[in-house]
Amino acid sequence: MAKRIEVKDLDIYYDKFLAVQNVSLTIEPRSVTAFIGPSGCGKSTFLRSLNRMHELVPHARVEGTVVMDDQDLYGPNVDPVSVRRQVGMVFQRPNPFPTMSIHENVAAGLRLNNARISKGDLDELVERSLRAANLWNEVKDRLNKPGSGLSGGQQQRLCIARAIAVQPDVLLMDEPCSALDPISTQAIEDLINDLKADYTIVIVTHNMQQAARVSDTTGFFNLQGVGQPGQLVEIDDTTKIFSTPANQATEDYISGRFG
Amino acid sequence: MPATEPTADRPAPPRAKVKQRPGDRIFAGLSTGAGVLILVVLAGVAAFLLVEAWPAIIAPSDEIPGRGGLTLYIWPLLFGTLISAFFALLIAAPLATSIALFITHYAPRRLSQALGYVIDLLAAIPSIIYGLWGIFVLAPATVGPTRWLTEHAGFIPLFAGPPSATGRTMLVVIIVLAVMILPIISAVVREAFRQTPRLHEEASLALGATHWEMIRMAVLPFGRSAIVGASMLGLGRALGETMAVAIVLSVSGGVTFNLISSGNPSTIAANIALQFPESTGLDINALVASGLVLFAVTLAVNMLARAIINRRREFSGAN
Repeated sequence: MAKRIEVKDLDIYYDKFLAVQNVSLTIEPRSVTAFIGPSGCGKSTFLRSLNRMHELVPHARVEGTVVMDDQDLYGPNVDPVSVRRQVGMVFQRPNPFPTMSIHENVAAGLRLNNARISKGDLDELVERSLRAANLWNEVKDRLNKPGSGLSGGQQQRLCIARAIAVQPDVLLMDEPCSALDPISTQAIEDLINDLKADYTIVIVTHNMQQAARVSDTTGFFNLQGVGQPGQLVEIDDTTKIFSTPANQATEDYISGRFG
Repeated sequence: MPATEPTADRPAPPRAKVKQRPGDRIFAGLSTGAGVLILVVLAGVAAFLLVEAWPAIIAPSDEIPGRGGLTLYIWPLLFGTLISAFFALLIAAPLATSIALFITHYAPRRLSQALGYVIDLLAAIPSIIYGLWGIFVLAPATVGPTRWLTEHAGFIPLFAGPPSATGRTMLVVIIVLAVMILPIISAVVREAFRQTPRLHEEASLALGATHWEMIRMAVLPFGRSAIVGASMLGLGRALGETMAVAIVLSVSGGVTFNLISSGNPSTIAANIALQFPESTGLDINALVASGLVLFAVTLAVNMLARAIINRRREFSGAN
C-alpha cells in the first residue's frame, strides 16, 4: 500500500497567478510529513495538488512532476479520478454526508470502486475501517443513524474511516484538527500515529506543536510578500526543524517571532 | 450535578422578569397574526365548500347532472384530474430536475445564468397562453405521432386509440401541463442544488467519484426534499389548472386510460369553469361539491409529500 511521492520543480498556477513556486521534495512511505507556514503560503494548495483536488478551481494547472512509485500523477493519460482513488483526503471541517448513515458514509467510497461488493464483505470492511479509525466502539450500536449526529471529533474520525476504507496509498490531511477541541485533537493525533504503520500521511497544520508531535518530517512554507508565490523554504527531520533549522525564516516562524 | 441546579433545602431564587421590548412584541404579534390568518382562510374556504356542497350531497341522485348521483358525477372528473396531473408530473419532475442539474453543475456560468432567466420567465407566462399554444400548435402536431403510436404501441392501454383527428386529447393536456409546471419545479430545485455544501461535493470527489457519481452522492440526496416539495408545488398547479385544460380538451366524459382518443374525461377545475355560467340551483351545488373533492385531494397530496420528507428527516442534513 503505502507509496513514496517524489515532487520535482512543481509550480502551481491558478490561471495566470503563480500560487506555489518550485517545490521539490520526497515524501517517504509509512511516515508522517507535516507542512507548516503562515496562512496563504500555499501549503493547502500544494497538498491538494497531490491528489489533483486543486483542479476543481477552473484554470488551475501545474508545471513539474509528481511521481508516486513510478506513476506520474500528471501524466498525459492519467485520470484525476483514479489519482483520487489512490490518494485519500481528510478536510479541515468534518464533512460526513448528511444524507447517509454512519455505515453508508464509510461504505460510500467502496461502492464507487466496487459496486458489486457483497453485503457481508461490505460490513466487514466498514467494521475494519471504523476500528482502524478508533471509532468502532463508539458507533457500533448506531451504524444506521446519520453521521451528522456525531460529535465534531467523531465526525472527523468517521471521515478518516471513510477515506481509509478504500485503502488508499496516501492519506492527505488538510488541517484535520482545526475545528476540534483538544480532546478530539488528541484522539486524531493518536490515530495518525497508528495509521502511520500502513499509510503515507501528509498533514497540513497551523499548529506547530501538532506538527512536532505527530510528524517525522516537517516542511516549512513561506511567501516573500503579498501577491508573491509560496515557496518551500525548508524540509527536514521534524526534530531538526524544531531544534536547529537551517534557515533563519524557519527559526523565526517556529519561535513565534513572526507569522 | 451542575452547580446551578436547585436543591431541596434551598429553592431556586425567583427568576428576574425578562424585560419586554416593544419591537419584539409587535413583531411577535404580527407574525402570529399572519399565521392565524392563513388558518382562518383555509377554514373559511373549507366551510364555504361544505355549506355550498351540502344540498348536492343530500339531494336525491336523479336531480344531480347526469341523473346518476353525485359520486357518479364527480368520479370521472376526479379521474381526469388525477390522470392528467399525475402524468404531467411524471414528465415534468425528472425533466425539471435534469434542467436544474445542468444549470447548477454542467453549464458554463454565462449559459447557466441565461437559462435561469429563461426558466423564471416561463414560470410567469399566464396559463391561457399555454392553453392557446396547446390547441393551435401542439394539438395538430400530435395527430400524426399518435396515429403512429396506436399502430406500433397500441397494446399499451394508454395508446389504445383510435387517435383523435383534432388532437384535442388528454395527451396534449398532459404535455401542456408538464410544460406549465416545469419552470416552477426546476426553479425551486435549482436553488436547492445550488446550496449543496462545497464540502460534501469535495468529500465525494476526494473519494474518487466522477462528476456524475459526485452528483449522485452529494447533490441529489441533498436536494431530495426540495425535489419532492417542488414536485408537490407543480402537482398542485396541475391539479387546479383550469383554462389550459378547458381550452384544449375535447370532453365526452367516461373513465378511460386511453390518452389519445377523442373521448376524454374532463377535469374538476375545467368542468367548473365550463359549466358554471350555465348552471343554476342544484347544478351549482354539485359543481361546488366537485370543488370540495379537489380541495380534499390537494390537501391529501400535500400531507403525503410531508410524510415522504419527514420519513428521512434525520438524514436531511438539517441537524
